[in-house]
Amino acid sequence: MLEINCPYCGKRAQKEFTYAGDAGAERPNLETGTNQDWFEFVYLRNNPRGLHDELWHHSAGCRRLIKVRRDVVTHEIIDTGAPSDSLSTGAS
Amino acid sequence: MNHQPFRKPTGGNIDRSQPLTFTFDGKVYQGYSGDTLASALMANGVKLLARSFKYHRPRGLTGYGVEESNVLVQLRTGARSEPNIPATQVELYEGLVAESQNRWPSLHFDIGAVNSKLSGLFPSGFYYKTFMWPAKFWPFYEHAIRHIAGMGKSPTLEDPDSYAHNYRHCDVLIAGGGPAGLMAALSAGQSGARVILCDENADFGGMLRGRRDTIRGKPGPEWVADTAARLAAMKNVRLLRRTTAAGYYDHNLIVLDERVADHKATPENHEPRHRIWHVRAKEVVLATGSIERPLVFADNDRPGVMLTSAAQAYANAHGALAGRRAVIFTNNASAYAAAADLKAAGIEVQAIVDLRDSLEAPELKIAANANIGVLNRHVVVAAHGAKSVHSVTVMPVDSNTTPVGEAQEILCDVVCLSGGWTPSVHLFSQSRGKLCYDETLSAFVPDKSFQRERSAGACQGAFQLDACLHEGAKAGAQAAVAAGFATTAADVPRCSADAVVKPRLLWAIPAPDHLHGGKQFVDLQNDVTAADVGLAYQEGYHSVEHLKRYTTLGMGTDQGRTSNVNGLAIMAGHRAEAITAVGTTTFRQPFTPIPMGAVAGLNAHDHVAPVRTTPLHHWHESLGSPFAPTGQWLRAQGYPKDGETLEQATMREAKHVREKVGIVDVSTLGKIDVQGPDALEFLNRVYINSFSNLAVGKCRYGVMLREDGLVDDDGVVTRLAENRYMITTTTTHASAVMNRLEYLLDVDWPSLNVHLLSVTDDWSGIAIAGPHSRTVLTKVTSADLSNSAVPFMGYAEIDIDGVPVRLFRISFSGELAYEINMAPNATRTVWDALLKAGANQEIIPYGLEAMNVLRIEKGHVVGGELNGRTTADGLGFGKMISTKKAFVGKVPARRAGLTRDDIHQLVGLVPTDEKTRIPRGAQLIADPKATKPVAMQGEVTSQCMSPNLGHPIALALLNGGRARHGETLKAHSPITGQTVTVTVTNPIFIDPQGERLRG
Repeated sequence: MLEINCPYCGKRAQKEFTYAGDAGAERPNLETGTNQDWFEFVYLRNNPRGLHDELWHHSAGCRRLIKVRRDVVTHEIIDTGAPSDSLSTGAS
Repeated sequence: MNHQPFRKPTGGNIDRSQPLTFTFDGKVYQGYSGDTLASALMANGVKLLARSFKYHRPRGLTGYGVEESNVLVQLRTGARSEPNIPATQVELYEGLVAESQNRWPSLHFDIGAVNSKLSGLFPSGFYYKTFMWPAKFWPFYEHAIRHIAGMGKSPTLEDPDSYAHNYRHCDVLIAGGGPAGLMAALSAGQSGARVILCDENADFGGMLRGRRDTIRGKPGPEWVADTAARLAAMKNVRLLRRTTAAGYYDHNLIVLDERVADHKATPENHEPRHRIWHVRAKEVVLATGSIERPLVFADNDRPGVMLTSAAQAYANAHGALAGRRAVIFTNNASAYAAAADLKAAGIEVQAIVDLRDSLEAPELKIAANANIGVLNRHVVVAAHGAKSVHSVTVMPVDSNTTPVGEAQEILCDVVCLSGGWTPSVHLFSQSRGKLCYDETLSAFVPDKSFQRERSAGACQGAFQLDACLHEGAKAGAQAAVAAGFATTAADVPRCSADAVVKPRLLWAIPAPDHLHGGKQFVDLQNDVTAADVGLAYQEGYHSVEHLKRYTTLGMGTDQGRTSNVNGLAIMAGHRAEAITAVGTTTFRQPFTPIPMGAVAGLNAHDHVAPVRTTPLHHWHESLGSPFAPTGQWLRAQGYPKDGETLEQATMREAKHVREKVGIVDVSTLGKIDVQGPDALEFLNRVYINSFSNLAVGKCRYGVMLREDGLVDDDGVVTRLAENRYMITTTTTHASAVMNRLEYLLDVDWPSLNVHLLSVTDDWSGIAIAGPHSRTVLTKVTSADLSNSAVPFMGYAEIDIDGVPVRLFRISFSGELAYEINMAPNATRTVWDALLKAGANQEIIPYGLEAMNVLRIEKGHVVGGELNGRTTADGLGFGKMISTKKAFVGKVPARRAGLTRDDIHQLVGLVPTDEKTRIPRGAQLIADPKATKPVAMQGEVTSQCMSPNLGHPIALALLNGGRARHGETLKAHSPITGQTVTVTVTNPIFIDPQGERLRG
């Protein structure tokens, strides 16, 4: 079970969170998004091996959405932040 | 009765002043406090303790701890009965009752043993090959096979015990309290780090419990007791006995299973039976020790054949003797000290049979001192006996380890095996650490760590006591330092020297011709033999994972602790490859079985999920209302009067509301407070309709779509103030809608200045509906409720009987109706006031069922229609869809597939005979007699008897239904087989013009 560092609350157990999807999926603009844009947003996701940016909802905590950069092979969490934050690449 | 023929008169870590009585297979025995069930049975000379899984061969004890593969017992009786418990893991208590398993009618006379005579018929894969055809008979075969090849029996009564879960953080967790673990705890403890040290046994000490090592010149157990006392005095160290580190998970989460009360007849008051610890450790030290390996030869499963270390530990720790005459069969030096211990305990050691060529001075000295004869370059090729071993055949081996030359038979009733040692790398492997094969030790040892852990002592192949102590001290200090504490390794005490383990390998002793037929067991628990491994190889199952699944090698409750290495080494031999190329199977959690009750913890019975009740719950209960679960909520279904069924009450209530007036508890509706300067913009983006012209103090019905354009939920939006709205959601979708709105604000539209708060529990709700509802309300408030003051879809903040309430003029029933929201603790006041004030209007309470009838009559959609597959237009909301603004789902909703004329559209159904109820969930088809598959045109989503129309009605989703009013179809239920002819109608059965609710 993961330990996720909520940028608002600190380190918390995974069971306080709900996975909320791919943070890389970009929502089309409500006014200008085309049918194709929405199709891609709703249905298409990458499934990378390695680093992946994902959203987690701190549903049993502060109820904020956070962005988590996680290695989906090792489960290592490189960085976390607000959804609009740019996260560290982990390369030091 | 207290005659224990195989108990030494003195010695051992047992309390002879505390005799304990216990029962095994109905016979009463005595043991002592400090015994396990296994040691007590041994002391009583009970050797035949089990029948094997497949061949029903007689079996006895082989191990001392978790490695025991034969003697699994059914422990306790009645509701506390528990199957498949290794007798070695059961601490004796007064009155303990255990039974052997997998035998009928008795252990000594077991009909199933015929399998052993027919064993040629039962090779690996026998069941798969034999019972695979015809496939439909498999359930029958399976039932019969399970009965024959059974383990214990599951209890059938409810578990009377409780279980707890505990969550902890620590700096250093140490798994295993043997010499390495204790030293690690001393090092880490003195640094001030928060330390947890756990051990699966009743007391610390690990291998020191069963041996005669000395530390600082004193017996090992004394040093253990001193050290445990020192650790107990450290406030930052928590000692957990009887606690198994069962699972190693991501991010250094280790799950411990503490057997709080298994060593007692029953848990004490308020004591959990087990406690599961979820420990998040900064650093971990694994000091899990090692397990001796057996040797594989013909009939090596006879009762009396056991691990050398086990016989040694029974003698030293319990004064229990495995027999009178022993033969030791070893391939390494570690068995010599054990042989001397057995001799000292009073067992005649006939010989040490040693596979090795040349022996080293230390072990020769031990043998000479103990006056034990040594046969080096010899092997045991077969054991003899049935319910107990009575002799072994021993032969010399040549330089290729092939038995040659003259065989001799040695009489004995115990055969002690030492085939080297297998480090317990389970936790290391679970943590995703990589193993490597050590040729010298002939064992897999930890290589690269994956998480923040390190191994110390025997679990990484350091088998000597001195090395365990040093490695433990070092690992504990390292862990503390890594966790941010300054420390150095604790002082390591001097200890006695012990043998260096360098086994000479011979994985399965070839049986000479004259001993044909003897089975060479690799996995005793699953009756897997060396020949089965060969068969698997022959049939192409070369990978260890295939080997495991084909032969069941290592699949038992003992997880192959004693069999895995032997099995895969034999496979490596067939493949003519190095063991390292064969690899190991994956080690999985848990290390030893955990009761399901402990896993569930408090999440049992009523606590599986939270139950939400409304403030009026007890009132509903007092009127005898049954409750329907709706999500986590319990909702009152109706109020049957004397002699009435719920159905009759529902009809009466629903009719009464349309004719007079009724009140209903609607507290369960989801409510979200939406505030902020951008609240209006936010609502316009999430609903299909616009709220731009919604005035303060007005309500409006709204529908939201999902991102894919299908309907998500509906509700009422009320503008409480310029920048403040309250929205309602359906009861079951409340939390999903809240999650989604939070997501939209946080992720997609962070620039919108809006705050959301779920206020479902802050405002309870009562709906009052019916032609007299205004009359009744007027009596409880002085506020002006006229049509002009509070029109349909109006809102007011008024006072009822001194309680400030929010009044919404909205209608779910289609009647003149209001919803009243108030503080939960004032609900009963308002409810009582309405019932009292409405007496002259014959006001009644009505329940969920009547409310449902009323809404079906009115064609309002709920869960059945909002099923995630319907479009806004299909449900009749087409006119609400704004063309002037953008909103979530707008573009995808226009996809061709969602805008066709023939998609599901909401319709009403009436049975053509106006009598027969329309079956729930029925499919709408043209002709039930048509050739299958019959084209399904739609489905019934809600149905009821309408008391106001006098006939059954239903709501349905029908392909292109809006244009098909008047058509006749068949509603067919594949579940009940019923078919009803129905006419398609407008879904709004009552007052389609909406005159009543505006009245």
